[in-house]
Order: sequence, then structure tokens, then C-alpha cells
Amino acid sequence: MTDAEVIVIGSGPAGLGAATELARHGQRVTVLEREAEAGGIPRHCGHYPFGMREFRRLLRGPDYAARLRDAAVAAGVTIRTRTSVTALLPGGQIEVTDDTGPATLSARAVLLATGVRETSRAARLIGGEKPGGVMSTGALQGLVYLNGQRPFRRPVILGSELVAFSALLTCRHAGIRPLAMIEPAARITARSPAAWLARLMGVPVRLETDIAAIHGRTRVEGVTLVTGGRRVEMPTDGVIVSGGFRPDAALLRGSHLEVDPASGGPVIDRWGRLSDPAYFAAGNLLRGVETAGWCWSEGRRTARAILAALAGELPATGGGRLVLSHPALRLAVPQILGPAGGACPHDRLQVRLDVPAKGRLCLVRDGRTIAAARLDGLPERRLSLPLPADPGAGALSLTIEERA
Amino acid sequence: MQNRDPAEVPGGYDVAVIGAGVVGCALARAFTLAGAKVVVLEKAVDVLDGASKANSAILHTGFDAPEGSLELACIREGYALYHEVRDRLGLPLVRAGAMVLAWTEEEVAGLPALMEQAMANGVTDIHPVSGAEARALEPELSARVLAGFRVPGEHLVDPWSAAHGYLLQALANGAVLLRQAEVLGGRRSGGEWQLATTAGTVTAGLVINAAGLWGDEVDRRVTGESWFTIKPRKGQFVVYDKTAAALAGHILLPVPTKITKGIVVCRTAFGNLLVGPTAEEQEDREHAAVDRDTLQALMRRGTEILPALAGHEVTAVYAGLRPGTEEKHYRIRADLAPGYICVGGIRSTGLSAALGIAAHVLRLAGRGERPLSDPVWPRMPNISVDGTRDWQCPGHGGILCHCELVTRREVEAALSGPMPAGSLAGLKRRTRVTMGRCQGFYCSAELARLTEGRLTQPMLEPRHD
Ligand SMILES: Cc1cc2nc3c(=O)[nH]c(=O)nc-3n(C[C@H](O)[C@H](O)[C@H](O)COP(=O)(O)OP(=O)(O)OC[C@H]3O[C@@H](n4cnc5c(N)ncnc54)[C@H](O)[C@@H]3O)c2cc1C
Ligand SMILES: Cc1cc2nc3c(=O)[nH]c(=O)nc-3n(C[C@H](O)[C@H](O)[C@H](O)COP(=O)(O)OP(=O)(O)OC[C@H]3O[C@@H](n4cnc5c(N)ncnc54)[C@H](O)[C@@H]3O)c2cc1C
Repeated sequence: MTDAEVIVIGSGPAGLGAATELARHGQRVTVLEREAEAGGIPRHCGHYPFGMREFRRLLRGPDYAARLRDAAVAAGVTIRTRTSVTALLPGGQIEVTDDTGPATLSARAVLLATGVRETSRAARLIGGEKPGGVMSTGALQGLVYLNGQRPFRRPVILGSELVAFSALLTCRHAGIRPLAMIEPAARITARSPAAWLARLMGVPVRLETDIAAIHGRTRVEGVTLVTGGRRVEMPTDGVIVSGGFRPDAALLRGSHLEVDPASGGPVIDRWGRLSDPAYFAAGNLLRGVETAGWCWSEGRRTARAILAALAGELPATGGGRLVLSHPALRLAVPQILGPAGGACPHDRLQVRLDVPAKGRLCLVRDGRTIAAARLDGLPERRLSLPLPADPGAGALSLTIEERA
Repeated sequence: MQNRDPAEVPGGYDVAVIGAGVVGCALARAFTLAGAKVVVLEKAVDVLDGASKANSAILHTGFDAPEGSLELACIREGYALYHEVRDRLGLPLVRAGAMVLAWTEEEVAGLPALMEQAMANGVTDIHPVSGAEARALEPELSARVLAGFRVPGEHLVDPWSAAHGYLLQALANGAVLLRQAEVLGGRRSGGEWQLATTAGTVTAGLVINAAGLWGDEVDRRVTGESWFTIKPRKGQFVVYDKTAAALAGHILLPVPTKITKGIVVCRTAFGNLLVGPTAEEQEDREHAAVDRDTLQALMRRGTEILPALAGHEVTAVYAGLRPGTEEKHYRIRADLAPGYICVGGIRSTGLSAALGIAAHVLRLAGRGERPLSDPVWPRMPNISVDGTRDWQCPGHGGILCHCELVTRREVEAALSGPMPAGSLAGLKRRTRVTMGRCQGFYCSAELARLTEGRLTQPMLEPRHD
């Protein structure tokens, strides 16, 4: 006997959205969450905006997370917190550990919704020493919103993705006055209204600048900034290393499931199914960061695919594997493009770029373009391409026809 | 066990060990088990804050050590003693074995001499391999490797738990550890040393200088002069994600040069893959900085050795300082002043040799005449891949650090007991908390709550409002 019809790993918007939908359709659903409280990242985003898509109201992250939890519990979902999944085994068996020790659970279907994390200072090869006071936005939010702490007073923020502006809001909330926002690229990564916030808070943005080194033995004392070949020393007491989101795919990497080196997340088909059809995935794990509302809706749509799978209504796995054939393309999800059906959660290809690109985004089969869309994109921006109902058999590639 | 006021100890101590690096910890253990009343004086807020905070964590056999040297003798004895005590102290051992690899014809020509040296050093378990044989053993190895030899006795250990274990055993058998106790000066009268420290005056019959990167300075402070000069040599490392650990079973060593053992690729006892260290002379003894160009060069070198490494993520980068001197060998002397032994210049093999060095110094001091008949053997909690982890046992309170699977019970234990962590760095060395992929994205907030008011050097500045 299975421990639940469906096990959902991760209780962020994607996981809870899916679990609620499944329970409303009569499934026995258990959500496993390693943190002390369910809700995922929004739990420690004490700022707006959350909830427009789901609840038609503007909410702060923690209130939004509470609503997601309430909805799930009301629908009959079982939520187990402080329960870490440690391994994924073939056929929907998983290993977990909680205070009672390790255990193996099984379900007819398992949904992975483990979200993302930011790229660490180490992975960015920032030089210097390792004093306290260097942290990701996620860590900063935890300290500020969950603990009411103020880890520093005049930090610098590295990165200008949308999440860097969460960092600004978080700083404002805690009475922290950032000295500067540092961005290695030639322009701000986030959509332009976000830049106003920096201006509003009097935080100068330094473009084409990187942090070469962090100084201080126990606490941050300063950073070395490089712009072109020029190095400038800036005294500061903290560094927020923001963005560079990576799917939290630790579980996948140790498992039998196929990982897409481009996205860092799982290889999925249009039903959100992994290479072992007992497993599904949704939310940020698929591609890096999206809004909470997007993840929630993706979770709900994937839940419907799981319902169809449990009812034996999904076609067998299969379909062409998409190849990225332009250097500007970072990732595209889903990676396996078979024919679509009724409850198909992915009717569009989600695409991200590594560098800005203009022209036409083209899905090509056997030298023929079978879907295309105008492209004028920047890295980290949401891009997509509507997928044909049946891309047909044969090698598929995604490319960019550049505008001269 | 902790004695906060050293002045209260009547009659003083038999032995004062200056410095709680791996060498000082092993010395404290050896002298305590030999029946001496020992105090360990450490200037930092926690132990292992000097050279011993960062190393490659290889348990060397001594196959490439200088023939006939004291260093070789200490490595051989230390290696044997580690095997002897590790079960009872609960210290890990990952039996990886090493392969010395030749990449050029010139290096191939040098292999026989290296193998002869290994034999002469008493490391007889040596096996030559062709390039093809090397690749059969290590399928991910570069096609450019021409030949080499295997040293099955080279193993991997945890860089910190051994030293912690040695010191904990000393404390469990009556030794005293004083942290934030920097030795400022010394005076000998009536057959005893009076050591002035930042934690008060400490009296001891025998003083052992195990101050690592400050060995020359401590010599000067205590005896008035120093017989050597520390020349710090930095080593930078890149640590790859756990997914990369499967790429290499053996410790992959280059043919060593006169100056350095060269860039090594090996697994770690925590299941990651390590590339490093560099060997860079510098003046500074406190600051060990990494720099992007060097890290990138290490990554390129790593990828030359194991081409498949290219697709793997970097989890951590770090640097350590070797307490080198103007000469290549260990600087151990007992004749500088009465009741004073200097154990200096333990540059690049101290982790392997520590127990051997301690045994040697014990003999130098003429101690060991009234060993403890039934010493206590505390067991170190296992945080390596060699053995059961706490998360696999009931009652762990849930996982706090998800990347490294560190439990609340483990963190709690590291914050209490006879040698509680004094800083976040010390807590990391005891538990590995925040040392994984996410580097604190998830666990920082809870860790800050758990450690509040409990670390000598707090994670965050105290709240002002
Ligand atoms: C700093 C920051 C600010 C943001 N601000 C906004 C905003 O203002 N508005 C907005 O719409 N979006 C915002 N976002 C984005 C939004 O929070 C995310 O898109 C959303 O939370 C993603 O949902 P998810 O369900 O995919 O994953 P997550 O919310 O990340 O949830 C994943 C969950 O899985 C759990 N988990 C992972 N591995 C395991 C395991 N092995 N065992 C058990 N549990 C596991 C995690 O603990 C976590 O709770 C922000 C994101 C960040 C990082
Ligand atoms: C990059 C690198 C890689 C290495 N790899 C290996 C390896 O794979 N295998 C191996 O066996 N070895 C290795 N080593 C060598 C090993 O780490 C060293 O030999 C060893 O750590 C030296 O320890 P120590 O106790 O002599 O010095 P330290 O660790 O420096 O200890 C000295 C202590 O004395 C304290 N102190 C200093 N001055 C005072 C004072 N005035 N009063 C009180 N306390 C004081 C310091 O705070 C410090 O804690 C490596 C070293 C490096 C740097």
C-alpha cells in the first residue's frame, strides 16, 4: 500500500498549489517540507507584491504563504514539516528523514517542487577573505523578517535582478542603507521600474562593475570593485550576493532521474513528467526564478496532469528532445516535446537568454520552422514561444534568427 | 573541565602548550596521557584558527618526504598512530589510495627515482601503472596521462575532527584549555615558567611552543630570541559540488617538485571534490585571501586532469597558510632554553604527522614515566561520509543545514560540551553547517537564532535596538 496517492516535495507556491488542487479532486496528498513551517520562499519575503493571481489581493509574502497553507489544509492536504527528503528512488519511492529517523515512503506519483537558491559567493569566485556579513538575499530576508535582526548597516548589493530589489526593500524595512548596487553587466537586469526604487532610496547603481575581493577577517571591512581595469576600494560592512538563481536540484543529481545541464533542473515533457513517469516537477525547480503566482499556477496545471496520469489517461512518455542551437539561449522548458493533450500544463516553451538578443525565436524540425515568435529579450526576462499541438516526430531545435 | 582562572591552579601546570593547532592538540593529548597536568593556551576564540583551519586533509604515508628526515619519521609514526587511535576516537578514514601521475616524458623519466625514494622511506606498497592502467582505474582521467604509480596507503581524513578529538581526549583526562589566552611573554625562575597571557599569568614547568604561523614570534616573546623565521606559504583551493566526487576514486597527485607537492585532485571526507593547493609566498600571517584568477587557473588545471569536471558547480573556495620557514624541514628543538621546546615550521604535513610529532616531543622531554592507567576515550561525532551520520539516527530534531544534512542535535552538541564552538567558523569545523551548496541561503536565520548569545564571537553584531 502507498503512503499517499501523491507526495509533493516542497511547500512553496508550486507545491501547495498543486497539493490543494489534487486534494480537491479527492486524492490523498502529503506535502513534505524540510523547514519548520510550510509556505516556501514567500514565508520570509515580508514585502509586497504577492497573491494577485491566486487570491486577487495584494499581500505580503508571509500572509500569502499563510493563505496557501490554509487553503491546502482546508482541502484535506496532509503537511509534514521538518521532514527532509534525502533520496528519490525508481517508481515513486522516496527516502526521508525527520526527528524519528530515516524512513522510506511511496506514492503513485511524486511531484518535485523544491524551488531555487541563489548562486553563492563561492560559486561566483569572488576573491578575498571570508568574514561574516556576506550573504544571499534569501539569508538576509530570513535574518530580517524571521528574526528581526540587522546583520549590517551599510552593505553593497551585488546584482540587479528583480531579487536585488527585494534586497533593497528588505534593507529599507530593517533600516539598512545600502551604499551601492553593483552590476557586472552594462544595464540593470530587472525590468526598469525596479531601478526607480534604487533611485528612491538614494542607492547609486554602478554598472559594468564587479566585486573582485571582500576584505575583513571576522567582519566585512571593505570590498575591491573593478570597473574595466580600474580597481577601487570601498569600505563597507556587508555584501548581499543576490540572484543567479539555480534550481535546487540536489535530490535529482543524486538520483536516477535525468537532469538538463542547461537549466540545472529536471528534463520534463509537456505534462511536467520526468524521465521516470512516476515523477513530476513544477515551479522554480524547472528553470530558475519566476513569480510566486506563476509557480502556483504551474503547480495547479501540473496537478491536473497528475490526475490524468493516475486515471491512466496520459500517453506514454516520448517525443522529440529539444536541442538549443544558438549561443544566446540559456535554457528552454519543457525539453521533451511530444503531442499535447487535454490537461497538458505546458502549452508554451519557457525560454531564458544568457545575453541580450533580438530577432525571431524559432522552433525548427528537419530544417523547417514550425513555431516562431518575435524576440527582443534580455537575460533573466520571461520569454516564451507557443508550442504547436503536435510538433511531430524528428529532431527539434530552438534557435534565434538574428535581426541584421 | 574548563578553568577560567588559571591563577587558581595551585602549583601551576606541568606543561603549557602554546597554540591549539593540530600539533598543539596532539601534544596536549600525548602529555596528558603521559600523566602530565597540561594547559593549552590559544589566542583565538576557538581552536584550529591558524594553519590548521585549511588543508587538503590527506593522511600522507611519507612516500615522498625527504629521506632520513625528522619529518619523515614523524609522518610514519603519526600515520601508524592515527590508524591505532582512530577507531576509539571515532575518527574517519576514507581509504582512497593515491596515484602519482606523469604528464610529460621528463616526468615519466623521474618516476623510478620517486618509487625508489618511497621504498627507501619504508613505503613499500607501491605499484607502477601505465597510462592505460591508470585510466582503467580512473575512467574519467585525461587521455594525456602517460604513466604513474599507485600508493594505496595514502588516505583521506576529515581536516578538523582529528585535532578536535586529540584535544577533547586531553580535556577529558584533566587538561585545561584557555581560549583568548595569547601568550605575551615569559620568565623563568625557580625551575618554572611564568607566562604572561591575555587571560592572566600561567605557571608551568615545561613550555612547548606550537604556535604555528607565529612560532618565531612566540620564541621571541618567551625566550627573547628566535632561531628561525616564519615564511607563510598560501594554498588556495576550489571545492566542487558533491556530484563531482564520483569522478575520482584515487587522490590524483602530480610528480612533486622540490618546492611543492603540486596541484592535487581528490575527494574530500565530506563527499566533495577538491582541487588545490597553490603554493604562494606571502608576508601576511593572518589573512589568507583567494583571488579569481588563481581559482580559475585551478579550475582549468582540474579540468585538464578530469575533463568531465567542466560541467560541475563550485561549492566553496578557500585558502590556508602553511607555516613554512627559511628552511625546508621541521624546526623542533629542546635546547633553546631550560624547560622549553620549540615545535616550529610544521609546514605541509602536520595533519598526518601530529601524533608522531607529539610522541617525538614527549621523548625529547623525557616524559611518559607515569602514563594514565585507564584514560577516557571520548568519541567524536561522525560528520564524514565514512560512517553513519546523525540524520540517519532517531531523535536528531530535524535537519537544520539541508545541503550538508546537519541536524539540530549536532549543532546543539557543538555549542555545548567541554569545548563549545567559539565562532561560526568553529561551529562549521565541528558540524559543516552552511558549508554546502547554498552557503546559508536557507539556514542562516535559524542558525543565528540558535547561536545567539552562545558564541564568543557572535554570528551577527548584538542587536542595537
Ligand atoms: C528573495 C526573494 C524575493 C522574492 N520576491 C517575490 C515577490 O515579491 N513576488 C513574487 O511573486 N515572487 C517573489 N519571489 C519569487 C517567489 O518567492 C518564488 O517564485 C516562489 O516561492 C517559488 O515557488 P516554488 O514553489 O517553486 O518554490 P519555493 O517557494 O522555493 O519552495 C520550495 C520549498 O521546497 C522545500 N524543499 C526543498 N528541498 C526539499 C527537500 N529535499 N525536502 C523537503 N523540502 C524541500 C524548501 O524548503 C521550500 O520550502 C521572490 C523570491 C526570492 C528568493
Ligand atoms: C594549503 C595547505 C594544505 C595542507 N595539506 C595537508 C595535508 O593534506 N596533510 C597534512 O598532513 N598536512 C597538510 N597541511 C599542513 C598542516 O595543515 C599544517 O602542518 C598544520 O596545520 C600546522 O599546525 P600547527 O599546529 O603547527 O599550527 P597552527 O594550526 O597555526 O596552530 C598554531 C596555533 O597557535 C596559536 N597562537 C599563535 N600565537 C599564539 C600566542 N602568542 N599565544 C597563544 N596562541 C598562539 C594560533 O592561533 C594557532 O591556533 C596543509 C597546510 C596547508 C596550508
